[in-house]
Amino acid sequence: MKMQKSEVRLMKGNEALAEAAIRAGLDAYFGYPITPQSEILEYFTEQIPKRHGVVLQAESEVASINMVYGAAGAGARVMTSSSSPGMSLMQEGISYIAAAELPCLLVNVVRGGPGLGTIQPSQGDYFQAVKGGGHGDYRLIVLAPSSVQEMCDFVFDAFKLAEKYRNPAMILTDGALGQMMEKVEFPEEGSLPHQVPDWATTGKKGRERNFITSLHMEPEKMEEINLHLQKKYKVIEENEVRFETFEIDDAEIVLVAFGLPARICQKAVELAREKGIKAGLVRPITLFPFPKKILSDLSKKIDHFLVIELNAGQMVEDVMLAANGKCPVHFKGRMGGMIIQPEEVLEEIEKIIQQPILQE
Amino acid sequence: MSQEILLEDMQCVYQKPATLTDDYMHYCPGCGHAVAHKILMEVVQEMGIQEDVIGVAPVGCSVFAYNYMNIDMQEAAHGRASAVATGIKRVLPEKYVFSYQGDGDLAAIGTAETIHTINRGENILMVFINNGIYGMTGGQMAPTSLFGQITSTSPYGRDVEHNGYPLKITELIAHLPGAFYVTRQAVHTPNTVRKFKKALRNAFEFQKLKKGTCFIEVVSNCPSGWKMTPKETLTYIEEKMLPEYPLGDLKVPAQNNI
Repeated sequence: MKMQKSEVRLMKGNEALAEAAIRAGLDAYFGYPITPQSEILEYFTEQIPKRHGVVLQAESEVASINMVYGAAGAGARVMTSSSSPGMSLMQEGISYIAAAELPCLLVNVVRGGPGLGTIQPSQGDYFQAVKGGGHGDYRLIVLAPSSVQEMCDFVFDAFKLAEKYRNPAMILTDGALGQMMEKVEFPEEGSLPHQVPDWATTGKKGRERNFITSLHMEPEKMEEINLHLQKKYKVIEENEVRFETFEIDDAEIVLVAFGLPARICQKAVELAREKGIKAGLVRPITLFPFPKKILSDLSKKIDHFLVIELNAGQMVEDVMLAANGKCPVHFKGRMGGMIIQPEEVLEEIEKIIQQPILQE
Repeated sequence: MSQEILLEDMQCVYQKPATLTDDYMHYCPGCGHAVAHKILMEVVQEMGIQEDVIGVAPVGCSVFAYNYMNIDMQEAAHGRASAVATGIKRVLPEKYVFSYQGDGDLAAIGTAETIHTINRGENILMVFINNGIYGMTGGQMAPTSLFGQITSTSPYGRDVEHNGYPLKITELIAHLPGAFYVTRQAVHTPNTVRKFKKALRNAFEFQKLKKGTCFIEVVSNCPSGWKMTPKETLTYIEEKMLPEYPLGDLKVPAQNNI
């Protein structure tokens, strides 16, 4: 459905995300305060009573995610949000939700870790979001916005994907995108219709009973469930990959970055090009499914990948898997809430291209 | 003297409710869960609410409750049944929602959810089966295990200095303003079963009023975990469990509040 853009506002990323969710027909939000995402809960507690839906401040993230499980199982369009330590607390529940194939939206406004860490932006939860986080073999659909506009737009995309595949979808963003203000254009309310699915526990009226579980005691059955899930993830990988490229056609060194650092890297590419360095950028938008093919294709014709992240090097492993030894994969990261600057990225680019390429 | 009995000459005077499925229950012989399930489903049938009730099963021996109760159900993570029930009830406020949990689930790992669900006065029924032991995992000590009770993790008996006291969670939550109806029942004698059934009926009737949480503790048994015959467990309930967990109402709504 083509969405009507209806309103332009200057807003914080967190608030834009919350407003988008209301416009996307959110039935229920369950959450717990944690910096730097509390504006989401605050926005909902202020707006939802005046508009539509359910908002509830839970006693913990553990309770929040299990409320999401119940409401999603009852057929509601439902979400929660948190930041890193809170997201860690939710992991058991997320595994149950993925196993029971319940659609919902999870938002992680990532802050610096490990431990209590800091409240400044980070991408240190990439592994947790993309590789599982909780127990067992499951995947989330993970979208990484890089602007306040995308904090809005990806809410709609995430609900669509979650409901299409009966799978939890996550928006993996960071404290800077959550807090910063930008212009955002909102779609009209009601543009994302939602029907209560026939598997939901709404009371067994005129049908056989529905039940939602992730328990299967027979190993043959549990393997069958696993194979079904893996098949679904494969379909997602084949159909839902999203990425953006910038100046890659003649590039010799290609930066790979997601979220906010992708914008920083775009500036770095511009600075490099001014110096006559043929640099380009690939920005994965979906972190699962990961844009393997474009990176694999590029690895055969470029000299270097340089992966830029706000962590100690997490997505870089997926870039290495995609490159599969066809070209060197370098990494530069900042941690603990520090944001990398375009000049630092440029310096790294120059360092790499000045190194002699070892010929086999 | 043999006499042929024809089925068609017989009158059906009792049968299991249609709200129970035909699945064989996995419960050990003599376990109170089977009785509690049946009575719960009898009440659902008699009230005609099968199409409007959603149950939440816990992790514990009753993890498979959804196999036996012929209603819509969800199976929750360990301790989180009341949070899951909250999620369901908040989006389906006109439905009857209940959680069914054991003592480890409700009074150990799920204590925070238990207290806060009731403190919010969620309009649900919480059924709490207290048999003083972790049955499913093989008879470990529960928060409700009695003083001196021997379990697989208190092999020398529950020691207060080391393990603390049997947790009277029902007394604790009865103080919360969100609790509307709190009662402690049992299912080990015909009389207690009748009273339990009445309590369930009350709780579902009260749920329509939307005035808070209804909470029914059921003092039950665990022949396998207690390492007793089913008959011995009945004596143990009377002599050991009931003095610690006396039966009766802890909180009943004032008449003018109904």
